[in-house]
Amino acid sequence: MSMTAPDLDRLRGVAAPRNHDARTIAALTANPGCARRGVMDAAGVDKDAVARHLGFGVPFGQSQFAITRGNTFEAQVKADGCAELLTLLRDRLGLEVPEVAYDDLGAVGDNEGREVRHARTRKLVQRALETGEGTLFDHPLLRLDIAGRPAYLEPDVIAFQLGGRFHIVEIKSFAVIDGQAEADQVAAAARQSAVYVLALRRLVAELGHDPVEKVAHEVFLVCPENFSNRPTATPVDIRPQLAVLERQLARLTRVDTIVAQLPEEITFDLGEALEEAVRTVEARYAPECMSSCEMAFFCRAEARACGATGALGRSVRDDLGGVDSVETALALAEGVLEPSEDLAETAEQLRLAARLRREALAGVA
Amino acid sequence: MSTLTSLAQLQAVASGVAQPLATVRHCHLAEAPLVMVPLKLAGEAAAPLAVMLGSDPGSPTLLVVPQPRNRDQRFAFAADLARVALKYIESSRGQVEELPPGKEGEERIRYSDAPQLLVPNRGGVAFLRMLGRSTRFRRTDGPYAVEPSVPVLGRWLTWFTDRYDHPGSCLLLTMTETLRLHWATGQSALEDGNLAALVGWIDPPEGLTGPQAAALAEDPLATPPAGPTTDPGFDNEVLAPAVAAYDAARGPARDRAEERVRAVLETQLAPTWELMWRAVGLLRGLPEGASVPQRWERDRDSFTYFHQTFGEAYPQARRDSPVRAAKRLHDMERAQDAYDAQRAFDDPLVMAEHRLNGLAFGGEVTGCDPTRKDESGKRPKLRPHVWVRTGDPVRLDPGTTVCSAANPKIKGTVVEIGPDGAVLVELTGGMGRKLTPEPGTVPQVGDRVVFTSLTLGSFGPSRFPDKENTPWTHGGPPADYEPTDDDAAEDWS
Repeated sequence: MSMTAPDLDRLRGVAAPRNHDARTIAALTANPGCARRGVMDAAGVDKDAVARHLGFGVPFGQSQFAITRGNTFEAQVKADGCAELLTLLRDRLGLEVPEVAYDDLGAVGDNEGREVRHARTRKLVQRALETGEGTLFDHPLLRLDIAGRPAYLEPDVIAFQLGGRFHIVEIKSFAVIDGQAEADQVAAAARQSAVYVLALRRLVAELGHDPVEKVAHEVFLVCPENFSNRPTATPVDIRPQLAVLERQLARLTRVDTIVAQLPEEITFDLGEALEEAVRTVEARYAPECMSSCEMAFFCRAEARACGATGALGRSVRDDLGGVDSVETALALAEGVLEPSEDLAETAEQLRLAARLRREALAGVA
Repeated sequence: MSTLTSLAQLQAVASGVAQPLATVRHCHLAEAPLVMVPLKLAGEAAAPLAVMLGSDPGSPTLLVVPQPRNRDQRFAFAADLARVALKYIESSRGQVEELPPGKEGEERIRYSDAPQLLVPNRGGVAFLRMLGRSTRFRRTDGPYAVEPSVPVLGRWLTWFTDRYDHPGSCLLLTMTETLRLHWATGQSALEDGNLAALVGWIDPPEGLTGPQAAALAEDPLATPPAGPTTDPGFDNEVLAPAVAAYDAARGPARDRAEERVRAVLETQLAPTWELMWRAVGLLRGLPEGASVPQRWERDRDSFTYFHQTFGEAYPQARRDSPVRAAKRLHDMERAQDAYDAQRAFDDPLVMAEHRLNGLAFGGEVTGCDPTRKDESGKRPKLRPHVWVRTGDPVRLDPGTTVCSAANPKIKGTVVEIGPDGAVLVELTGGMGRKLTPEPGTVPQVGDRVVFTSLTLGSFGPSRFPDKENTPWTHGGPPADYEPTDDDAAEDWS
C-alpha cells in the first residue's frame, strides 16, 4: 500500500505544512516507535498549535537574552565573509585554505520556493565536486527523506569545502571552557550535525560521487572560548550519531502503513474533533519526550490518566518487566492478581520487593 | 533504579504522596547551613544575575547584578558574594581538635565543624563551578585588578564543587538529589528535577494531593523555576524591560531602576528560598544514619587541610595532572563503594535492595549451636552454627564470607543453603576471644537477623607515582603550573 500526498494533506487540514529541521529530525530518532508523532510530523502538522488547542501548550519559549547572545556570536563569526571562521580554520586547525569564496545560499526573495533554493545548493555542490570551486557555502538548503517523505532542511550551518571534501561547520553559542563544554549541549549539536552530514551525503551520492569520501564525518563546532566572545573551533567525530540516525530512520515506523489504518474522515484541523483525532493515533510517551516534542504534555496527561508505568520513566517500566499499568503492577505486588505465565517471574520479583519494603518499614514503626 | 524503588514509585502514584526510600537521613545536615539560590543570565556561561543566600531562613541576603552584561558589575557581585560566603566559611570552623601525630611525627589537627552549602539542583552546582573557574585566576593588581576577596572566593567555590563530586561528601549538597535519595515520588526523574514539584509530592500543602501540588509547581508563573536558569517568559516580559530601564536611567532614577531589577529578581528567588528551608525541615525530620558522622569527619579533614594550606597554595589548575586525576578517580571509586555499603548497614530499607539482589538475606533463626567448636586444628576454635530460615532469593555460594547487618563485626561463612530457604552460617569472628561467645553476640532461636556479603572494607594506602615520575603513557611529568598574567586578563564578557 503506498501513501499518496493528499492523504497527509488531508490529515493536516487547512493549515500550512510545517518544516522539518535538523532538531526535529534528530528528535524524531529519539522516539521512533511513536506513531502519533510520526504521522503528525510526516503530515507537517503544527504540533505546537495542536497542543495549545488541546490545552496543553508548552509553556516555555526561548529567552531573548539567549537569542541575542546566539545571534551576536553567529554574526561575529560570519562577519566580513566569515573572516573569523577562516582564521580559526587556518590557525587553530592548521588547514591550508588557499583561496576563499563565500556563497550565501539563503533565501533571496520572500517568495523563493524551497525547490528553487535546493536546486541552487545542488548546483553549487556539483560544481564544487567537479571543479573544486567555492570554499564556504552558507545556509545550504538540503533535503532528506523522512518516513518516505522529503523534508527540507534549512541548516544554520556552513558547508566548508577543501580539496573536494565537504565539512559541516556548526556555530553554537554555548561556551567551551578549558577545552570542555556541557555534555548535553555537545551531544545535541552532534546529533543535529549528523542530520546535515547525512543529508549532504545523500545529495553527493545523487550527484554520482562517493558520499563517504566527499563528506567528512568530522564536523567543526564553533563556540565561544572560556568566558569570552572569542570563537574556538573543535573537530567532533559524529560517526556514532550518524550510525544511530541512519538506523533509526530506516526503521522509523512506516507512516504510510499507519495512515492506511486510520479512519477516512480523520483530520488534525483545529476543531472540536481534534482531541479524538489525536487520540486515534497511538502515542508512546516517555519522559524524554518533554525535551523534544510539543505534544509531550498532552501525551503525559493521557499516559498518567490511564496509569501507564512508562510515564514514570523507561527504566521504571523495565524494572517492572514491561508491565504497562500501575494498577496491574501493584495488584501483582500485593498478590491479589494471579499472574499469567509470562509474568510469573516479574510477579514474584514484585511480591518479594513488596514484602521487603513492608518488613523494612515496619522496623521503624 | 531497581524493582524496589520502582515499586515505591507505583505506591506513590496510588497513594498520591511520596513514599520513603530511606528510614534514616544519609547526609549530614548542619545546624546553620548556607543556603544559596543562584540565578544566571540565559545564554551565558557564567554571567551571574542574582543570588539569595544566608543561613537564617528569616533574613536572606539578596545580591543582584542590575546589568548582567557589565563586566565591572559582575566582579562587584563576586566581591559582595565573597564577603558573605567567606564570612560564613570562617565562622563555621568550630574548635580545633588535636589529633595524634602522624607517621613522621607531624602535628595533625581537625576543625570540629565545617561549612555546608545547600543549592537547589545540579544546575546550581554547575553554576558555582563556573563562577569558581571564572574568578579563581583573577589578579588583585595590574590592569585587570579585582578585589582581593574575588580569587579567594573562586578557590573556595572550586573546592566545594570538587568535593561535591566525592560520593558521600556533604559539604555541598543539592536539594533535589538529597530529597530523591530519601523519597520516591509518582513522577519521573525528569519531573523530580523541579524542586517545587518534588517537595509538593513529599509534603503537599493542606488540601492538595502530591500530583496536584506538583502540577501547580510546573506553572512558571505560580512557581518560578529554582534556577539557575530563569523562566524565559520572565526574561522576556519582566527582566529585559527592567534591565533596559536601568541602562537608560541616569542620576537618581538609576537607583530606582536598580531597585526595580532587585524587586523583580526577588520575586523569582523568594519562593525557592522558602522551599529550600521547607526541604531542610523535611530532612531534619529523619534521624541521622549511624555512619553519617564518620563521613562528615572526612569532610572536616578535607576542609581543615584546604583551610590550613590555603595561603601557600596556587589556585586549582584548569585541568588535573595525570597523577592527580588518577588518584582522584581512585579516591572517588573507593568513596562510592564505602558510601553504598555504609548506607546499607545504616538503613534496612537500603539493605532490602541487596536482599532483593540476593547479596543479603534475612529471616528468623530456627536453630543455633552457640558453643560449637572446630577442633580439627591444633587448638580448638569457637565456630557457632546458626540456621536462618529466609524467603529471600539467596545468591551466595557456600564459602562466602558474610557479616551481620546489625553488627558488621560479627562475621561468618555460608556453609550450606537448603532447598526450603534454610541457610546454615558458621560464625567465625566478633564474638570475643574466649571459647564461649560474649553474651549478645550469637543470635538466639527466634531472633530476626540479616546477613550480607557486603563489607565496609578497609583499604591499604593507594600507591601512585610522584608527579615527577608520571609515566610516559600519561605524557610524562607535566610542566609546573605558574599563574600568568594571561589568566588574569582572560575576558569575561
